[in-house]
Order: sequence, then C-alpha cells, then structure tokens
Amino acid sequence: MNFGIIYGLVLRYTYLYRRSVPRMIELVFWPLMDLLVWGFLTVYLQKLNPEVPGAVTFLIGAMIFWDVIYRSGQGVTMSFLEDVWTRNLLNIFVAPVRIREFLVATFIVGLLKIAIIVAILTVIAAAFYNFQLWSLGFALAPFLANLLLMGWSIGMVTTALILRYGQAVEALAWAIPFLIQPVSAVFYPVSVLPPALQVVAFGIPSTHVFEGMRAILAGNPMPTNTLLYATGLNVIWMAASAAFFAIMFASARKHGYLTKLGTQ
Amino acid sequence: MSSIVSVAGLRKTFGETKAVDGVSFDVPEGEILGLLGPNGAGKTTLLSILLGLITPTEGSVHIFGLEFDRHRVEILRRCNTSSAFVALPGNLTVEENLAFFGRLYGVKNATKRIVSLLETFEVGHLRKSITGRLSSGESARVNLCKALLNDPGLILFDEPTASLDPDMADKFRKILKGLQRDRAITMLYTSHNMRDVEEVCGRILFLQHGKILADGSSAEILARFGKESLEEVFIQVAREPHAP
Repeated sequence: MNFGIIYGLVLRYTYLYRRSVPRMIELVFWPLMDLLVWGFLTVYLQKLNPEVPGAVTFLIGAMIFWDVIYRSGQGVTMSFLEDVWTRNLLNIFVAPVRIREFLVATFIVGLLKIAIIVAILTVIAAAFYNFQLWSLGFALAPFLANLLLMGWSIGMVTTALILRYGQAVEALAWAIPFLIQPVSAVFYPVSVLPPALQVVAFGIPSTHVFEGMRAILAGNPMPTNTLLYATGLNVIWMAASAAFFAIMFASARKHGYLTKLGTQ
Repeated sequence: MSSIVSVAGLRKTFGETKAVDGVSFDVPEGEILGLLGPNGAGKTTLLSILLGLITPTEGSVHIFGLEFDRHRVEILRRCNTSSAFVALPGNLTVEENLAFFGRLYGVKNATKRIVSLLETFEVGHLRKSITGRLSSGESARVNLCKALLNDPGLILFDEPTASLDPDMADKFRKILKGLQRDRAITMLYTSHNMRDVEEVCGRILFLQHGKILADGSSAEILARFGKESLEEVFIQVAREPHAP
C-alpha cells in the first residue's frame, strides 16, 4: 500500500470541492433538507401525541445515521464516476495504482464527506430540535464506524456494477442504498416488519445500529450485543464486497469494458 | 540492443471475434514503433493489453524484461501514455493535474519537474489555468508533459495528434523526434494520420484482423506493397481484406 498514491488520489477528489461552490452546496443541501423535513415532521407528530417518548430523537437520529451510510457509499461511487465523467479513468488505471489504493482513497473521501455533513447536521439538530447526537455517549463512535463500513461496502458493490455494466447503471449509485433502507429498520423497529423480512433485516449491519440507537435513546444501557452483531456482519459485508469488486474488475479487464467505460 | 517491449503469441478474443490473433514482436530501446491498420485491426486492443487494461486470452507480454502480470505496478511506474480519447480532469488547474499524476508516479521534486516540462513545451504561462479551458493544442502539450512527468522509458501514444491542427501536429512530431534523439525513449504510436507515422516512426507494424500483415520501415512497407505512400497501402489493406 503506497500512502503517497492514496494521498494524491484524495487530494485530486478534494480539489473538486475546494474550487466549486455548487459542489459544496450539493454536499450539504440534501442532508440539510432531509433534516428539516424530518425534524419538523417529528415535531408535529410529537405535538399530536405528546405521550410518544423521544419520537423526535429517534427520527432525527435515524436520519443523520442514514446519511452516514448514504454519503460514505457515495464517496466511493462518486469519486469513481468523477473520473468516468472527466474521461480520466484510464489515466488512473494505467498509472502504477493498485486497486486497493484506489478504493482506500475513495473510502477516505467518503469519510471526509460525512465528517463535514455530520458536524453540520449535529449543530443544526441541536439548535432547531434540541437533539444532541452526543447523548448516545460512548456508543456513538462504534455506531458511526459501523455505518461508515456498511456505506463503503455498498459503494464498492455499486462501483463494481458500473465497471461491469457501464454508465447505463449509473443510477444505481443513488438507488441501491434505498433498496436496503426499508428492510434495515431505519425509522421504525425491526418488530414492525413481517417475519420473513425480519430475517433479512438481521443480516444487514445497519439494522443492529439503528436498533441500538433506539435502545440508548429510550434510556437503556449501551447494547453491546447489537454492536458486536453489526461489526461481525460488516466484516463479512466488506470481505464479500471487496471480493465482488475484484471479480467485476477482472471481468471488466477480460471483456474490455474498462477501456469502453474510460473513453465513452 | 535490449528489448524494451517483448510480445509473444498474443491472442485476444471477444466471443467469436479475434481482436488480436497470434501477434509477436519486440521493440528495442529508443525505437518509435508505429501501429497502423484500419478500424478493428486490433491496434487499440493491443495497446490496452500492453497497459494492463485488457487481459490477453493467450500469450505473454514482457516490458523492461519483466512479465507484465507479475510486475504490473513496477512496469507502469516506468511507462506513461497519452491518448486523444482520454483527458486530464478538466476541473483542475494544469499544475494540480500534473502534481496529482506526479504523486501517482512517485515523482521526486515534482514541482521543479512540472515547471521545467511546462517551459519546455511552451505552456509555462498556463500553469494556473483550468485544464478544461485550454485549447486542443494546449491540452495536447499538457498531456505530453503528463506523459513525460515520470521520465518514462516507454510511452504509448494512441492517436495523439487526432485533435491537433496541422501546425500543432507538426510541432508535436518534432517534439517526439527530439525526445527520441535526446533521451532514447521507446515509443509505441498508433495513428490514422499517415504523415505522422511516416515522419515519426522508424518501424511500422501493419495490422489487419488482429494479425501482423507487414513489419518494417516505411520504405520497406512501400516496397512490399508496391505503393508510393503509406496512405495508398492503408487504403489497399482496408479495401482488400486479403491483400498480400
């Protein structure tokens, strides 16, 4: 692993944001809109039924956490797509860059993006809705780390599919996380899902994080088991996603898709 | 003279299509080898295999005496490429782009090297310019700076003059000849511009249907086909698929 190369790739992707005001706005625009909509909706719901304890915190916390998954995945996919769109992809793959160095660089871009987003959303959630993300205590860091890992897995799978099937499946960069959202019990407990879907839900790392978050916000102690499940599943998801990426990359080289994608 | 590139029994099939069909050749140090042939002859596939973008179905590729598959990173560190179909990120400045590639290729004293290359190719004044706003000629020169950034022993060019006007293309060819003379850089060069190939390449591989149809200097190829220009040879090959 060459850290000079990783640093160079990260620098290239961050140059894009440093110079472009629209990109900076886009980075925070959607998360901010989501927060405002969910925040005011939950305030309204709480006014309708003041008996529901902590409804605001559940939903706002879930929204911020969901954004961590979504944005970390996009960090991987969008970095790759930037090179496709600017016809620079082949310059990267004919340079002495290992695939793992390329992926680690995109992981770091995802991490930087969510650091900015979470910081902004945390401040706004505290100011507008009196929601303190840090009230999750020591569980916050492992929760965020698990969501980040899951986002990277999704990003790798999405990028691998674009590598194999070309820009025609570019929309997957936005769609795939939303395929997972309904069964990952983001905004409601797993118990709400039909039994068959509950089985699927427990195979998704983020389900355990959202369940854990709700438990803490309801005043229960830090749920070690849910954290262990999430971490264990993430190890499996990361290994499977990396293997899938490697297979798709090899297939793209075998069938010449990489050259086509890079010169489209 | 040692071989910088050594290709043996190279074959690439896509389904039923034979894109490269049993190609073998060596390129000695300091030679500029032109790859000529009509569309679909296998030039781009061949270059892509040499750069590791496509895996061959059969055969071997050795560059700098090293087997490509086992030493990909080590080989690519000493190679570079420039293509009319690949661009530098348009939203970065020229300097940012070259600094970025400098890091990828592990270039020492990159800033000094970038300044020197930009001056050599008379684009020093564009250092802070956004790459996407450069003219075709300026872009081609910046691309050439990128291709020389790591002081490569081998450069692969894929139609480098495709977007250049005749004046700029002429300057570009002179630059390449100068590089060959002064630094003995080995180059592989594909082009549909016969003048490019005649002027720049010491040796030409004429490809057709993935096979080498002819291998020799421009004069040797003209003699073999009984033609007066490479363009005539090209047209004959393109129109008569089974010509000599």
